[in-house]
Amino acid sequence: MEILLAVMVGILYGTGIYMMLRRSMVKLIIGIILLGNGANLLIFLLGRITKGAPPIIPGDAKVFVEAFADPVPQALILTAIVISFGLQSFAIVLVKRAHTVVRTDDLDEMNATDEDS
Amino acid sequence: MLTAILTGFLFSIFLVFTGRFFKGKLSILSSLVPLGLFLYFFQFIPAISGGDVIMRSYEWIPSFNVDLGFKLDGLSLLFSLMITGIGFLVFAYTSSYLKGHEYLDRFYGYLASFMGAMLGLVLADNMITLFVFWELTSISSFFLIGFNNTNPASRKSALTALGITGIGGLFLLAGALLLNNMTGTYSISEMLSMSDAIKANEFYFLAVLFIFGAAFTKSAQFPFHFWLPGAMKAPTPVSTYLHSATMVKAGVYLLMRFTPVLGGENIWNTTLIIVGGITMLYSAVHTIFRTDLKGILAYSTISALGILVFLTGLGTQEAFLAAAVFIVVHALYKATLFLVTGIIDHQTHTRDVTRLSGLNKIMLPVGIAGILAAISSAGIPPTIGFVGKELTYEAAFHYESLMIFLMIGIVVTKILLLYAGFVAGIKPFVGKLPEEHTNTKMPGFILWAPPLLLAILGLVFGVAPFLIESALIKPVVTAMGADASEIHLALWHGFNTVFILSLITIGVGTALYFIIKPSRKLEDGIARFDSFAPENLLEAFNSMFVSVSRFWTNFFQNGYLRNYISIIILFLVVLVGYIMIGNTRFTVDYNALSKITVYEITTTLILIAGIFYTVFTDSRLAAVAAMGVVGLSICLIFVFYSAPDLAMTQFSIDTLTVILFVLVLYKLPKYLKLSDYKTRLRDGVLSTIFGLIITTLALEVLSEPVSKEVGDFYAANSYIEAHGKNVVNVILVDFRGADTLIEISVLSIAAVGVFGLMKLRLKMKDRMRYADQSLNKKKK
Repeated sequence: MEILLAVMVGILYGTGIYMMLRRSMVKLIIGIILLGNGANLLIFLLGRITKGAPPIIPGDAKVFVEAFADPVPQALILTAIVISFGLQSFAIVLVKRAHTVVRTDDLDEMNATDEDS
Repeated sequence: MLTAILTGFLFSIFLVFTGRFFKGKLSILSSLVPLGLFLYFFQFIPAISGGDVIMRSYEWIPSFNVDLGFKLDGLSLLFSLMITGIGFLVFAYTSSYLKGHEYLDRFYGYLASFMGAMLGLVLADNMITLFVFWELTSISSFFLIGFNNTNPASRKSALTALGITGIGGLFLLAGALLLNNMTGTYSISEMLSMSDAIKANEFYFLAVLFIFGAAFTKSAQFPFHFWLPGAMKAPTPVSTYLHSATMVKAGVYLLMRFTPVLGGENIWNTTLIIVGGITMLYSAVHTIFRTDLKGILAYSTISALGILVFLTGLGTQEAFLAAAVFIVVHALYKATLFLVTGIIDHQTHTRDVTRLSGLNKIMLPVGIAGILAAISSAGIPPTIGFVGKELTYEAAFHYESLMIFLMIGIVVTKILLLYAGFVAGIKPFVGKLPEEHTNTKMPGFILWAPPLLLAILGLVFGVAPFLIESALIKPVVTAMGADASEIHLALWHGFNTVFILSLITIGVGTALYFIIKPSRKLEDGIARFDSFAPENLLEAFNSMFVSVSRFWTNFFQNGYLRNYISIIILFLVVLVGYIMIGNTRFTVDYNALSKITVYEITTTLILIAGIFYTVFTDSRLAAVAAMGVVGLSICLIFVFYSAPDLAMTQFSIDTLTVILFVLVLYKLPKYLKLSDYKTRLRDGVLSTIFGLIITTLALEVLSEPVSKEVGDFYAANSYIEAHGKNVVNVILVDFRGADTLIEISVLSIAAVGVFGLMKLRLKMKDRMRYADQSLNKKKK
């Protein structure tokens, strides 16, 4: 499964970058989201995946008695997911705003500042 | 001593607050600062001439072996007296020369900080301190040269001067570091005792090169001389102070200071003789072709600096003596001539020597000063100039090798300098007064007194050279590492070869003065060779540099986001790919991998399909929905591999994102394919390679052993210390609680931003309407 996951991470990274290279701003945001997902998955994978052993201490024990999934990558990814939501929502609204003002979705047409146009 | 050095800087800071009081009539009071310093240094004369060397050291950066070490010996005393003495006259002169100037206080500020920097330079014993003050002189002179900052030529020459002397400063720093590496100290006095070891060191050559680089740029030696004539754009007091008497001599000072440390070797002496020789001849010849008084003086100054370098290069006791005397001679007559030129410029508003004559009838004291200075520069007895010239000739005459060439070089230079001195000091004052200047007024006392004082000093020292003999000159020769006990300065040296040469010089030079008249024609004549001149080569190099950097910047920073991303990714791909080619093992331990079940395969397939659908669909809504599918598949992967918290978060966030996307973006225009096939193919290839690299990288890392130390710590302490059983939650809210708090703040800021952008809409609409209206009006 690790190999499959690695391939998926690669696909997410590749497509993320591809979308970021497009001229449409919506595609740019989608690209960032894909790339973010890829990064989360990469961290998850590199922290080693464990099946069926969540890092939750069972009912009456004080410490783990059996093998458990590493909690550190999970904590990191959780933070990352939440923060990227902040970024995404702001970006989405910003794109909307920009579109209202300049009436285009094309990054190339937004290249000049007010002074130039 | 530190106080004395800092006085200049303190005064200029003081002027920042009190400047407006010093703009008007009180401006002359500022000359009390250099006068006080002059008197302070003057009282050291008995001690220094008695052979004392006064050292002061203040701790600065002991861990780097850098202290504020100062040393007052003959050499630094001579320079200090020149800096403060001429500084006093220049300060006073300026108060009248720039009377009523809007920024007179600023000018004094620059001048005072320059004086402080220059004092620091000549007194510093620590090479790092020396470097700091060296650069400070460059910087303060930049402000002084560019003082008329509304004039583009002035700005340009200020930049050139800063550029050239700044590069020299870097050479000095390099030299300091290298010498420190060789000797383990930055102190020049300590280096003195290690002179032999330095010369034996394999990097001796490099150290000499660095010191030369610094000295030649600062002292305007060929081929770095061109910044000095350009620097004449500065107000005349600046030219007087910086470009004849003090700053340009800093390079010579550096050479003299390092003569006992680095000198004596063939490379040191020969290079100095050659460079000094070329400079003195080259610029002496140039003086013939100038009609601007300041131009003439600039080139004759460069020539004089060449003579000083040349003399330092000769390296004999006689040469050191001649150099020491010549410094005094030159400072006295050149400062006078500059001040006189300033007066002429101030009163007649021209510096064109072809249009000036007979001014004696109007400004006699100025004329006397000019003529005395010209005589001194010509080396006609009984001025100190004569003493200096005799000593120079003697030094060259007694040099063991190639004496005849040296003699020809120095005599020709002196003849031309005599011509230059006459043109600048005598020509404007004798002959018939042209009509255009008949209304010229006599300058005020404060203007004519300083040059006259200097000129008279030149005469007095000539008649009575013993005045400066043991007080100033002998300690300089001692400081340069030669025996000074036998030295005896005298006006009359007896009737010998040197005296005959002197007579020839005076005769030919005077004849030259009557034969060659400075004219526009000659000046235009030499302009033809300008394209070979170093300054033009430098300019060509500069413009090439600018266009290359412009191309470079426009290529990499063209403002297109995708261009930046492409370059960054391409660079990463090349760099990481290059490393990976040789080092990838491709060994995966299949036994250690977790098993694949049908659930996982299904999820993976959905995920991949979702991704590609997101990328290739033509509908924005479909893309957003497919992206939601991708997110949910990842959520499932989290579920499979023991991350319930992640799954929950991913699920809610992904849903929220999709909803937000759909709500906000449904109004956007048609989802277009904006790029052509070729671009997409190129981007596709790049992205594919990038994805491959990430996959390979991930697999490579997977085959490395993993350490779970941190995770184990949290797991072991989660319940015991923090009383929580869900370790991920405990990490977030307890162990790393502060981080989470900050994260929440970031989210709140984003939320405020989102809210603001949403709310802005109505008002913006209004604004858009107004903008449209005004546009329509314009169209009509």
